[in-house]
Amino acid sequence: MYQTIQIGAHTLAQGTFIRSFGDGRIEIDAGHERLSGRPVTTFRGAISKALAGGYLRGGLLATVAAIGLALGGPAPAVAQESVEILNVSYDPTREFYREYNELFNAWWTAQGNAPVTVQQSHGGAGAQARAVIDGLEATVVTLALSADIDQIAERTGKIPADWQSRLPHNSAPYTSTIVFLVRDGNPKGIEDWDDLVTGDVQVITPNPKTSGGARWNFLAAWGYAQQNGLDPAEFVGELYKNVPVLDTGARGSTTTFTQRGVGDVLLAWENEAFLALASLGEDAFDIVVPSVSILAEPPVTLVDGNITSDAQRAAAEAYLEHLYSPEAQALALKHFYRAWDTSEAAPEDVARFPEVNMVTVEDFGGWPKVQPEYFGEGGVFDQIYQE
Amino acid sequence: MRAGILRSPSPLPGFGLSFGIMMTVLSIVVLLPIAALLGRGLMIGPADLWDMLNSRRIWSALTLSFRAALIASLFNLVFGLMLAWVLVRYRFWGRRFIDAAVDLPFALPTAVAGIALTALYAPNGVFGQALAPLGLQVAYTEVGIWVALVFIGLPFVVRTVQPVIEELEPDLEEVSATLGARRIYTLRRVILPTLTPALLTGFALALARSVGEYGSVIFIAGNIPNLTEIAPLLIVIRLEEYNYDAAAAIGIAMLVISFAMLLAINAIQVWSRRRIGNV
Repeated sequence: MYQTIQIGAHTLAQGTFIRSFGDGRIEIDAGHERLSGRPVTTFRGAISKALAGGYLRGGLLATVAAIGLALGGPAPAVAQESVEILNVSYDPTREFYREYNELFNAWWTAQGNAPVTVQQSHGGAGAQARAVIDGLEATVVTLALSADIDQIAERTGKIPADWQSRLPHNSAPYTSTIVFLVRDGNPKGIEDWDDLVTGDVQVITPNPKTSGGARWNFLAAWGYAQQNGLDPAEFVGELYKNVPVLDTGARGSTTTFTQRGVGDVLLAWENEAFLALASLGEDAFDIVVPSVSILAEPPVTLVDGNITSDAQRAAAEAYLEHLYSPEAQALALKHFYRAWDTSEAAPEDVARFPEVNMVTVEDFGGWPKVQPEYFGEGGVFDQIYQE
Repeated sequence: MRAGILRSPSPLPGFGLSFGIMMTVLSIVVLLPIAALLGRGLMIGPADLWDMLNSRRIWSALTLSFRAALIASLFNLVFGLMLAWVLVRYRFWGRRFIDAAVDLPFALPTAVAGIALTALYAPNGVFGQALAPLGLQVAYTEVGIWVALVFIGLPFVVRTVQPVIEELEPDLEEVSATLGARRIYTLRRVILPTLTPALLTGFALALARSVGEYGSVIFIAGNIPNLTEIAPLLIVIRLEEYNYDAAAAIGIAMLVISFAMLLAINAIQVWSRRRIGNV
């Protein structure tokens, strides 16, 4: 009888059957030598054995299941004409929008509309803007500064140039500012910006090239130097010499400072600093408010060019407008943003914010001027590292 | 009795079909993206390309990327060889487990590896705290980059050298010993020459992988320009500035340098093959 046997993992041999060992192996005469191994009845048998072996079968099952899910999953939702919104946002808004999406949906369905599925995407503001420019199909963008949205408008034409006048308060439903987060008890005695340029203080701030928050940090420091008669370029240069880690986004810097224990002071969004206190314990860190900071206005807008249906446009416009409702403003205050309407907010959420002497980006000539001059290729920030 | 171990017959049918499919896939996956990059470079023109690259920050980033990749790959060359040797030649409890663990850096998302290493080596991490009294800092320095690159490059050396060691007949070493060679001499004149081609391949793979590594490194490097900013991060930063030309310029520079290095390694391989025969 002619037999095929398997030797080792991948080698087959054929020959005439000689004898059978007790353990299931057989010996064959392969012409020039005698070989032993487990018989493979037919080639088809080998394949079905491999199938039974699991890998292929598991893969097939997974594929079938995935197809089934893909076909079966959204089908009922489509029947209700449900709308999807993709909100492309910056780093520290995760917690706020998670709650706001529920609040909005509750209100929206109460108006007799079909529920809206809101997808969130978070990252450094610059990176997020570039993703939208490169084709990420954002329905709305809620970014850290208007320069990023200007870039989308300019490079894709999907947003009209006058977008910032479409919603109240320069399209910024909430604002924030930049504060210092220091270690408990403020061991280095950091009170103001000039304490950050002394030799033995390590400052944590993200890279202004990739992070919107870092650009606000940079301008706040610049504003302090201007108001105190210092050379701003030199002052900010000194400050960045004390930065041991430049993360790409605000959340990364917060992690470096709070979880990795690096640095003496974190330049942070005020909401991010309060969030760190709330989630990591009041006794781990202190907030220090500098004598000068900056009014940070994170704006929101509709990406008109990505709208696919009237239903989606209606939902997306309502999604942004509802950010200005008293309930949403209260939610923003609860998430440590300085919102405009305090009528529905809990008093302790409003009382939390200290008085800060704030410069605005208009003092620097507005984002269209600031962005290339300070943060563009070969701009002020590049010169700090280019001497 | 015209039967034997099944060999692939050489006049295989289907050459045209399989070659066509292969070339299509290779073009879509590898050749077209590289051609697009080089095409972008041609559009910019060599003079402008050079202007974009000729800055201290970019040279620092490029030299850092290649230096760190070289150091990490050299480390992996030695340590990976040892690991492969131990796994093949000794039988001990847990061998299969370690053997499986070697592949982990392949499977783990590099960002996870980066975050885990950073958590360990940060000043308040387990290793970081132990090293701090010695005045050593790993995370957020160049050393941190080496650690990350060693992690992701190790399996390349182990997995290329391991099968060759498995094929290595212990008889050769016994013959060498009976002819009076000492252990070091056997290692140097019998074992290492046989392993050289595989070692070089593993080294080249690890090097190529480390040069372009981004995900794990940005977490453990401080990302400070001129000091701990790797070239791939600089590419990302240029992209964030919408400066696609400058990003392409750095990409092309990395491509050219990598290609030159891999060519040099291949040349060494050819030379060593000629010297010690076809292994």
